Amino acid sequence: MATRAIEVEDPKTGELTEAVYEHPLVIRLCHWVNAVALFVLVGSGLQIFRAFPSFGSKIPENDLIDWPKALALGGWLGGALQWHLTFMWIYIATGALYVGYQIFSGNYRQILFGPRDLSGVWPMVRHYFFFGPKPPSKEAYNPLQKHAYTSAIALGVLSVLTGLAIWKPVQFSWLAWLMGGFHLARLWHFLIMWAMLAFVFGHLVMVVLHGWNNFVSMLTGWKKDPEYPSS
Amino acid sequence: MPSRIDARRFRSISRRELLKLTPVLALGAFAVPKLRERLLKAGLGFSDWASAKLFRPGHLAPTFADSDLTPFDKFPINGYDVEDPEVDLDKWTLTVSGAVQKPGEYSLAQIKTLSGLTQNTRHVCVEGWDVIGRFEGVRLSDFLKMIGADPNARFIAVECADDYYESLDMATALHPQTLLCYGMYGQPLTRKHGAPLRLTIPTKIGYKQAKYLTDLKVSHVLEKAGYWEDQGYSQFYGL
Repeated sequence: MATRAIEVEDPKTGELTEAVYEHPLVIRLCHWVNAVALFVLVGSGLQIFRAFPSFGSKIPENDLIDWPKALALGGWLGGALQWHLTFMWIYIATGALYVGYQIFSGNYRQILFGPRDLSGVWPMVRHYFFFGPKPPSKEAYNPLQKHAYTSAIALGVLSVLTGLAIWKPVQFSWLAWLMGGFHLARLWHFLIMWAMLAFVFGHLVMVVLHGWNNFVSMLTGWKKDPEYPSS
Repeated sequence: MPSRIDARRFRSISRRELLKLTPVLALGAFAVPKLRERLLKAGLGFSDWASAKLFRPGHLAPTFADSDLTPFDKFPINGYDVEDPEVDLDKWTLTVSGAVQKPGEYSLAQIKTLSGLTQNTRHVCVEGWDVIGRFEGVRLSDFLKMIGADPNARFIAVECADDYYESLDMATALHPQTLLCYGMYGQPLTRKHGAPLRLTIPTKIGYKQAKYLTDLKVSHVLEKAGYWEDQGYSQFYGL
């Protein structure tokens, strides 16, 4: 993998620190814009959900939950739809650009979970959850991280497809049909949102655990003192 | 770039890379109330434009077997104001105006001389619920022929006995499943469901399917999009 690596020299001590260019600009831009869009879509989506907080019939209507208005965006159904129908384009555009750039640049190898990552899953699970020894880092991302990022991208694609099935159940009737009809597509769209939020939660926990240098790499692209050999 | 640089140089490179992210701050425009309103309106407008592009005149909405029907008593009644605007059914006529050759009053009997049809289609509410209903009526496209509507006109605007108002793009008006509906489940339309005449449009969201029709106008320019559209809902909202 052609990750750019350099050595940074401290002018006083002459100490050398390694730094790698991990995240190209397009990826960083898409990451942050998409993160904002996701946040807006979840907030407005929950406001839309408040209009009919059920997946059953309208008559009789059995509400699942009275989702607090403070945790929703848009003020009312019409306002929330405006946010949702605006930011879905931003979400789709940055998502598509992100995936396209990953493929085009070959950068995807860094995060795509593949068959050769399977053997590394258990040692990593043991390390994260059962106090096992830390497996040696061979690449930028360990098998569990790759699994998480690959899943998040899959969830992103599914969120768009289920959304499309709800928004256009006639023009994309085949899509709605694949999901078991309009009615169920709405449920999948909702569940995929929670799966995505679970990813975001795990992602944020790991960002905190991995420290400052790791966080900065998504801002500047450069990761100082990486945990893995750069060549 | 050389493979070894000093820390100061690295900091300046890092700063430059960070500054390249400033376009992200453009999203902050959504935090400014005045800009937000315009941006969201533009977003909604873009969605409507895309919806109109995605609409295929020949593509039919799914139809369903009688066994899939939502029972009539479980078909929700949504009115924006009153559920029964007390239309005098005996004296009722549909007032036709605008870009038509034969404007004037049309009785239900006249409308029913067009060939009728029945369809089991899904009714989707903007709130998120959906039901499958059985609708009887005549094609709006046939009625437009009957009144001699200008084929180059772009919009159909309707007004209702409860002061509700709505509009349709011509492509949707001409869709074979777009009905002037006078019956549901084999019975004449009940008052709460919009007697004596309502729109049934399986390719549109529920609020576009106005009830208790009193006026129909064919036009080249849209004067009023619709009641809910004026509150901020999508104008096209095709399914």
